[in-house]
Amino acid sequence: MKFGIVVFPGSNSDYDTYHAVVDQLGEEAVYLWHKDHDLQNSDVIVLPGGFSYGDYLRAGAIARFSPIMNDVIAFAKKGGPVIGICNGFQIACEAGLLPGALLRNESLKYICEFVRLRVTSTDTIFSNRYEDGATALMPISHGDGRYTADSETVDRLEGEGRVVFRYLGGLRDADEWWSPNGSMRAIAGIVNEQGNVLGMMPHPERAVDPLLGSDDGLAIFESLLSRVGV
Amino acid sequence: MSHFRIAVHITPRRGILDPQGKTVAGALHTLGFASVTDVHVGRYIIVEIDAADRSDAERQTREMCEKLLANPVIEDFEIADARHPDALGASGGPAFSSGRP
Repeated sequence: MKFGIVVFPGSNSDYDTYHAVVDQLGEEAVYLWHKDHDLQNSDVIVLPGGFSYGDYLRAGAIARFSPIMNDVIAFAKKGGPVIGICNGFQIACEAGLLPGALLRNESLKYICEFVRLRVTSTDTIFSNRYEDGATALMPISHGDGRYTADSETVDRLEGEGRVVFRYLGGLRDADEWWSPNGSMRAIAGIVNEQGNVLGMMPHPERAVDPLLGSDDGLAIFESLLSRVGV
Repeated sequence: MSHFRIAVHITPRRGILDPQGKTVAGALHTLGFASVTDVHVGRYIIVEIDAADRSDAERQTREMCEKLLANPVIEDFEIADARHPDALGASGGPAFSSGRP
């Protein structure tokens, strides 16, 4: 399976994603320059983390109009799998691939730490390798991660099983929702209506090896392998 | 064609949590401005544009707001006149020439 990793000016998780896919997953990956129009026959597109265009105006607002985004949007509309991680999530929201927006953390502080997540939907092409009710340890690293949408939209996301990841009570064992960034209903990751676009603030590509503190993120990439299977 | 300076005020949509505004309001209370009831922190953008007339310039700016400058999910915008460079001065803010979207 071929993963196409979009490189925007200011992307910084592109190499991490490449490492996750090539070295840990053993699959193929290519970098896709933001000014190109060629997805190079990728099976999955990753919008990686970082600070594209310096987060000017709003995080993801300028990257959303990069030339390659026309092709990424067309790919997604045809049902192609797209993962937006961190800044990629922000870009996917700005591009209208996912509902809602990501605002400045409620604490107004940049947060860089491991968080525990609850996998709240294992019925997606991105999460089918997790067991029902599984928890996953992954790092977050963002200043603008407060997921916000109108309450009808959030109700719909929940009702349709489209909230894939929620933040759990820090590193403690408590099974209670907790928003490190003030996200509505502790939402950490969602999928679109068709289920082929995932957006999440935590970094699964930085949790792919016990040496990094966790390999709980690898299951997202493995899920794609078993479902999309090329 | 004439040259226009169009100002855009972008503020958090009402009802959306604005921790920055809340923090500033708290600081103003600490300073003794007890009558402050709320503060909203947003963004001020000046677009310099050549257009046939003012309404054309404002129409184009409105389109820019809808496409890029503001995010309708979380923000409101207002278009104002920034023709005079001193429009930002304390002696008088820019006159609003059109309403909310």
